[in-house]
Amino acid sequence: MAELSGKYLVGVYDDDDTVLHAVPKLRKAGVKIKEVYSPFPIHGLDEALGHPRTRIGIAAFMFGVTGCCAVLTLMIWTMGYDWPMIIGGKDPLSIPNYIPITFEGTVLFTAFGMVITFLISNGLGPGTHFHPRFDVRATDNKFIMAIEMSRNSMSEEEISRALKDSGAEEVNIKQF
Amino acid sequence: MHVTSPVREPLIQGGKTYADVTEDICRHVEATPTKEWKIAFGLSLIVLAYGSACLAWTWWEGLGVWGLNKTVGWAWDITNFVWWVGIGHAGTLISAILLLFRQKWRTSINRAAEAMTIFAVICAASFILMHMGRPWMAYWALPLPNAFGSLWVNFNSPLVWDVFAISTYFSVSLVFWYIGLIPDLATIRDRATSKVSKFMYGTFAMGWDGSAKTWARYEYISLILAGLSTPLVLSVHTIVSMDFATSVIPGWHTTIFPPYFVAGAIFSGFAMVQNLMLITRVVYKLEDYITLEHIETMNKVITLTGSVVGVAYITEFFIAWYGGVEYEYYAFFNRMTGPYWWAYWAMMTCNVISPQLFWSRKLRRSITFTFFISVIVNIGMWFERFVIIVTSLHRDYIPSSWAMFSPTRYDIGDYIFSFGLFFTLFLLFSKYLPVVNMAEVKAVLRSTSAQLPAKIAGVAKVRQRGAAEPAYNKDQE
Repeated sequence: MAELSGKYLVGVYDDDDTVLHAVPKLRKAGVKIKEVYSPFPIHGLDEALGHPRTRIGIAAFMFGVTGCCAVLTLMIWTMGYDWPMIIGGKDPLSIPNYIPITFEGTVLFTAFGMVITFLISNGLGPGTHFHPRFDVRATDNKFIMAIEMSRNSMSEEEISRALKDSGAEEVNIKQF
Repeated sequence: MHVTSPVREPLIQGGKTYADVTEDICRHVEATPTKEWKIAFGLSLIVLAYGSACLAWTWWEGLGVWGLNKTVGWAWDITNFVWWVGIGHAGTLISAILLLFRQKWRTSINRAAEAMTIFAVICAASFILMHMGRPWMAYWALPLPNAFGSLWVNFNSPLVWDVFAISTYFSVSLVFWYIGLIPDLATIRDRATSKVSKFMYGTFAMGWDGSAKTWARYEYISLILAGLSTPLVLSVHTIVSMDFATSVIPGWHTTIFPPYFVAGAIFSGFAMVQNLMLITRVVYKLEDYITLEHIETMNKVITLTGSVVGVAYITEFFIAWYGGVEYEYYAFFNRMTGPYWWAYWAMMTCNVISPQLFWSRKLRRSITFTFFISVIVNIGMWFERFVIIVTSLHRDYIPSSWAMFSPTRYDIGDYIFSFGLFFTLFLLFSKYLPVVNMAEVKAVLRSTSAQLPAKIAGVAKVRQRGAAEPAYNKDQE
């Protein structure tokens, strides 16, 4: 995750509905919101904030295709070409028998590839910063809205008032 | 926004707020271990130690210490393996299939059920290693080049499919569980006071901050992982059943096995979830989170899957007669009336009759009765696997090869080992990790608790008070 710098206004909300309704209101008023932090997922919040839709599904599909091809290739090559073993008089190279393992391989590659992509794209990993930087209550019961001052043309008082009007119970200043 | 059917009871009771959820769940993680926990943990360590000694002797001396003979070559080892894998299936059902079906009640129990899955699969895998006899050659089951000592594995064999199925199932379940744990680990990290717990939970929470972007991705991958785990869990027990079904042993060679095994797996798994949750909810005072409603719903799943299993038993028997294959018919007739009749009838009583008692609402909502039936179901499901394996084998084609199986101390000791391992792991989990998924419970709290959105809540609140219901007209809103 990128290092933070500069001055931030931090709005603290105590309800998921309030923060969800506050986001479009503030954006309409011209406030540029950096991010909202919440203890649980709020449906529609990322769209309200204008975040682009996640492309992790495409990555997952690619990993799945890779896994499917890799495992199928391994089986066809070992059983069909490298060292065919005739057991019980059966054809060693037999695609229907390979379906279970192909399926498992696809699932394995998709799951691990997707989770690793998820961790990297969110900057998650051991050794990353140990606390939410704006407000520690973001993992308990508060909904935290961060506004970067250098990105906003409005004055501190104006934004602060807009935050209070939209239902924020506290507005704090955070300097990095 | 939050739409709730007013006829439903709230999922989480006691009018909890978000902060209450954090407090109620984290309390047990942060407190020092209680005396009860220490006693339980000590007991399971003793059981594990005894089991480990038996297992060590099994591996040292060889599989001759088991009661196996020339005719009955598979007995308790494979019975226990299938039993534990089956138990694991309930956790995936709760976390994946119920997520796809948008069953919100799963949020209170999914964490513990998934943990149960992981530990049960570890126990199952330990029986595979035992059954190999020479566990140091376990890597021969992997597709390694011939220079490593064996030929390529036979990809046409269901036993090799099983290696892939179980290892994929275990690792994907572990990842799914861990991803769900990250937000909760972050909650504990942010509350932690001691240096050790700050470091440990901080490391494993990996810098989670709960931003909207992260949550959106989290929800997305949870959905895909659920979508992957659903066919995965069905495939795993299907492949386990194919270990039997693709052979030509009368009694095993049936096409009904895959669906019948999957239903049986979910059946026994839910029974084990009931056993664990009924104890956990009392010990950790989680009655508001795991309510009678949850217990009743799980009992309904037990009745459903138990009925599927019952129908499968009867179908199997009917086909054995109707199919007209003498050997097949004898295998089933022998199960019922042969020397192992007691195992067959124990299975029928425990699995077919006992879940039907849950048609009574009173019994379904009785905690003691639920606990009792859950134990019975797990005994029954163990007997099911024993019946399938041992009674199909013990009377070979030639009567001179007929034999009986009796377990030795090491058969029993190795089974005890798996219990010791399972409970040790579960107790460690329940002490050091949050047993309820806090983030997900908070997400369903509002839409189901007493603090409902004003418009619809009116109906629910009035109904709870028992007053006359107001006419609800959508056009007036």
